[in-house]
Amino acid sequence: MLAVAWRGGGVSEDDTPSSAPLLSVRDLTVHFPRVRAGWFTAPEVVRAVDGVSFDVERGTTLAIVGESGSGKTTTALAIMRLAPVTSGAIRLGRTDLGSLQGETLRQARRRLQIIFQDPFSSLNPRERAGAAVRSPLDRMNVGTPAEREERVAELFAAVGLRPEQRQLFPHQFSGGQRQRINIARALATRPELVVCDEPVSALDIAIRAQILNLLSRLQRELGLTYLFISHDMAVVEHICDQIAVMYLGQIVEQAPRREFFAAPLHPYSVALMSAVPTVHGGRTRAAQRIKLVGDPPSPIHPPPGCRFANRCPVAEPACQQTLPELRQAAPDHWVRCHRVDLIDGRPRAPLQATFT
Amino acid sequence: MDALLRVQDLQVEFNSRRGTALVLNGVDLEIHAGQTLCVVGESGCGKSMTALALLRLIPSPPGRIRAGQIMFHGEDLVSATEQRMREIRGNRISMIFQEPMTSLNPVLTVGDQIGESLRAHAAADAAGARAQAIEMLRQVGIPAPERRVDEYPHQLSGGMRQRVMIAIALACRPDILIADEPTTALDVTVQAQIFDLLRELQRDKGTAIVLITHDMGVVAEMADRVMVMYAGRVVEQGTTDQVLNRPGHPYTRGLIACLPELGSSRQARRLPLAEISGVVPSIWELGAGCAFRERCPDATPRCALEVPAMHTLDESTGHAAACWLLHGGAAA
Repeated sequence: MLAVAWRGGGVSEDDTPSSAPLLSVRDLTVHFPRVRAGWFTAPEVVRAVDGVSFDVERGTTLAIVGESGSGKTTTALAIMRLAPVTSGAIRLGRTDLGSLQGETLRQARRRLQIIFQDPFSSLNPRERAGAAVRSPLDRMNVGTPAEREERVAELFAAVGLRPEQRQLFPHQFSGGQRQRINIARALATRPELVVCDEPVSALDIAIRAQILNLLSRLQRELGLTYLFISHDMAVVEHICDQIAVMYLGQIVEQAPRREFFAAPLHPYSVALMSAVPTVHGGRTRAAQRIKLVGDPPSPIHPPPGCRFANRCPVAEPACQQTLPELRQAAPDHWVRCHRVDLIDGRPRAPLQATFT
Repeated sequence: MDALLRVQDLQVEFNSRRGTALVLNGVDLEIHAGQTLCVVGESGCGKSMTALALLRLIPSPPGRIRAGQIMFHGEDLVSATEQRMREIRGNRISMIFQEPMTSLNPVLTVGDQIGESLRAHAAADAAGARAQAIEMLRQVGIPAPERRVDEYPHQLSGGMRQRVMIAIALACRPDILIADEPTTALDVTVQAQIFDLLRELQRDKGTAIVLITHDMGVVAEMADRVMVMYAGRVVEQGTTDQVLNRPGHPYTRGLIACLPELGSSRQARRLPLAEISGVVPSIWELGAGCAFRERCPDATPRCALEVPAMHTLDESTGHAAACWLLHGGAAA
């Protein structure tokens, strides 16, 4: 029902051929300098994101997964230009997002929006829900005031909120409804790319399914492109088309959904998947789990070799010496590991979970 | 087998300007030595309130235990003196919370905080408490415990802080450990380590564990018995196998179905997730009837009239669910 009114807005403003990726990130680094320890010492640098490249095709979802400190959220914020980009290129269609400044950057933000994890702290407690959803339109000067009100009504219907709820304040909504307001606000300017930073992690288990189904439906109806940041492998398997696994600022594996979940190659990906408790697996799965010991190394002084080597159950001395390149082990399946061998042209994972 | 702790008809009420609300309404449960009981449900269903009530930690006012019994070693904790409760808390029954950073004191060393309960309950002197604190840190798998014992919480990672919380909780070798979503704030690989640790400690010391969680996957791998709560009532109880594989209550079925399950065939085909529509009703709007009826796919007219009684599904294991459909449907 809303398709007709919406379609036009989903089309890129710069007429990119539809075959090119919508978002293209090359060698992105985000380094945060720390306070200088002394007058003559160089300031230390936290390498939060350290050489990340990927493409996201129009109308698809790329999920970036990883644990705390892996750099997944910083990557998302850098793409939104909400974290400082140290080097690298970020292109949205034909627009070089990385180099935009001032008013042109502000105008470009119409095309990319973000949904944050905590639905409450991302809403102004003194602003009514309708005004919150309208504010991007006001700021971007989109349409007449009457058209904006009409658009807000349309957005409320699209995310499953009742029209009269526009008058309520954030505290009068439940967590799931608040996230619906955030989604409506993110969609107000008809963005092409929506960055979803852990959008269901703070929600109750029964509400997660509602929001995930809503995000899927909106993508289908509006042709949205999602960059989906999450630590939850099960949610990612449900929602993504492509997946990238990050560890200590780098992508360690990247593949289409089906290929990845059928046969993950990097030992970290395998360990991460085996750590997820499942209803079906129960205690057997817990007993057969791959146990990781220790903590990730410091992002200030990452080791010279593979960053996962100190925790990797199958690391060899060579892994400590040289950093593996991200290489293509199978069509579209990229992995950063010395130990992945090709046997008869097919990649073989050095570490496998033995779930029965 | 005799229960270590038995709760009967526990009722907790909270007063506010809007009147009095029952946040726990007729909770019955048993905790057995060496076993894990998982309490599941959405926010506001009463699972944390149940945990607090067991330790008599309900903030009062505005809350209070209105009725019921909490029998522990032949003693009713509901009527125990505050002095007596202080002897029990952290000693016979202890608790770990969700967010380890906010439950640890930032200006005391890890060793002081572990030693505190030993000095209070086991009359240990300073040197003895320190030695035992180091031993506890070793048991919960913290490397270099002799050095860590003098560190402060901010110097530890999230997983290590939760290990310290567990060390504090287990220092006096309690009979019961209550863990309120102990891994929600942690990464999944760290969560796996913490659960391995809890299982190991349970095997070695025979501690009973009450684990509060909203994750059915966690239930499947940790629980011996499961209790599902909704709007302050127990809606289903039974063994883990029964509750997960043959759930009797529509809410339990919904909680299992709405979870994306890693590697399942539904996931492979990318079917939409099953939804439990709507939200948990406010405790002020419960009225008569089953609290779940507004969200229930199978609700009948009777569900709006009377609160369903527990219906026993398996006498030998105590599998029971509170749903009119089990009592012979709407015709009854």
